[in-house]
Amino acid sequence: MLIIDCPYCGPRDEAEFHYGGEAHIVRPENPAELSDEEWAEYLFMRTNTKGRFLERWVHSEGCRRWFNMARNTANNEIEAVYRMGEQAPKANVSGDTNK
Amino acid sequence: MKRYSIFSLLRNAVSHHKDWPRAWRSPDPKTEYDVVIVGGGGHGLATAYYLASQHGISNVAVIEKGWLGGGNTGRNTTIIRSNYLWDESAHLYEHSLKLYEGLSQELNYNIMLSQRGVLNLAHNQHDLRELSRRISANRLNGIDSEFLTPAEVKSMVPLIDVSPGARYPVMGASVQRRGGVARHDAVAWGYARAADARGVDIIQQCEVTGILRDGGAVTGVETTRGTIKAKKVALAVAGHTSMLAQMADVRLPITSHPLQAMVSEPVKPALDCVVMSNAVHGYISQSDRGEMVMGAGIDTLTGYSQRGALPVVEELQRAIVCLFPSFSRLRLMRQWGGIVDTCPDASPIVSKTPVEGLYVNGGWGTGGFKATPGSGWVYAHTIARDEPHALNAPFALDRFTSGALIDEHGAAAVAH
Repeated sequence: MLIIDCPYCGPRDEAEFHYGGEAHIVRPENPAELSDEEWAEYLFMRTNTKGRFLERWVHSEGCRRWFNMARNTANNEIEAVYRMGEQAPKANVSGDTNK
Repeated sequence: MKRYSIFSLLRNAVSHHKDWPRAWRSPDPKTEYDVVIVGGGGHGLATAYYLASQHGISNVAVIEKGWLGGGNTGRNTTIIRSNYLWDESAHLYEHSLKLYEGLSQELNYNIMLSQRGVLNLAHNQHDLRELSRRISANRLNGIDSEFLTPAEVKSMVPLIDVSPGARYPVMGASVQRRGGVARHDAVAWGYARAADARGVDIIQQCEVTGILRDGGAVTGVETTRGTIKAKKVALAVAGHTSMLAQMADVRLPITSHPLQAMVSEPVKPALDCVVMSNAVHGYISQSDRGEMVMGAGIDTLTGYSQRGALPVVEELQRAIVCLFPSFSRLRLMRQWGGIVDTCPDASPIVSKTPVEGLYVNGGWGTGGFKATPGSGWVYAHTIARDEPHALNAPFALDRFTSGALIDEHGAAAVAH
């Protein structure tokens, strides 16, 4: 069970949140010019990191706002929570990152 | 391989069962193989067996970082069925079910297949329509599938609550009578023993740490027990498919999630079929030992922790207790998690990759166990011929580029 520190509401039980998958996937600027391979990459391909992972969450049963989290997917340790639009915190170890 | 039979049982009874031979060898890795299969679960071992028995390729190693069947093969709820919606999936899973039906004989190993029937419940009008559609699609594909009214469900499963006031009213169900359960460990062990007898090396406690390539083609694997050269490398590493593919710079549309299962304390026989409900995210059957075996939906977050969070356990138990009020007095005995890798269309990937000589078999999501023999069959064909079998051609990696997805969320999303 995770205790998630919502950047707007403070620490709450995991059950109040919904998961939004990998963070920082940039919407294509010119969708009409994308090849099939580029569409597949944007829509389907995921990093699926084992280790430090940047991901999106929404506090759906609280403030209903989206935010990002850096979490270790191997042991569920939450390293940082940061707001949408903010830079991801730098990894303290030379571990895996999404990008 | 010493055949198991009533006579071998009697012979060994005389010597107090102290002289049974080991079921498979434990060899040191050779320096080179024709095919290295990464992952000693059911799918990897079945692939090795069919490579040897169907394609005459026995210079094969199965490399396992832990022990045989210690991943999802030993963690699932052992349900077998083939009532999938789309033709592609129905053909693949039905082939698998047919192989299961003859597997104990073929492997000379009792996999304890029990075709006790699998029910899928409908709790609302949408479920009813979806079930009717799936039953019709199954029958067109020659797969046994029948509709049951609530009264028929009650007569088949006396402990279920079908009253109109139930929290999850049962408005009908589909039943596949050829579906059921099998002993999951036995499937892995049976394939291991039969593959070993045909010359396959099964190497446990050996983790692959890198995939060696030369100019876009595979040349072998780096492992914790040294370098092993191979002309072909085949991944069968449910849960960690992305991690292994990354070693060869192959991107996959897979995300990994914990999937939880649990058993109650053992009780006398009370449930003689498998009951599944997608709407309430639960499925239940009773093991030969008497435990109620229950499985949940996936934990939604990406994770590799092989355990899940409590809310999923609570949600599952709420559903089970609403469906079977008398089970509220059962105590849970054990709970565990496995890591399943899921695809966007809830269908697997059994495919060649952009790297020559590297093959991928993964993304089975929550339903890989039932596919074990079929998966091994088509994967062996893909590896041996370097082209897919007709049954797994639709499950190639390029479907995510072409758009020809096989959306099985209705038949596969929860259950297994």
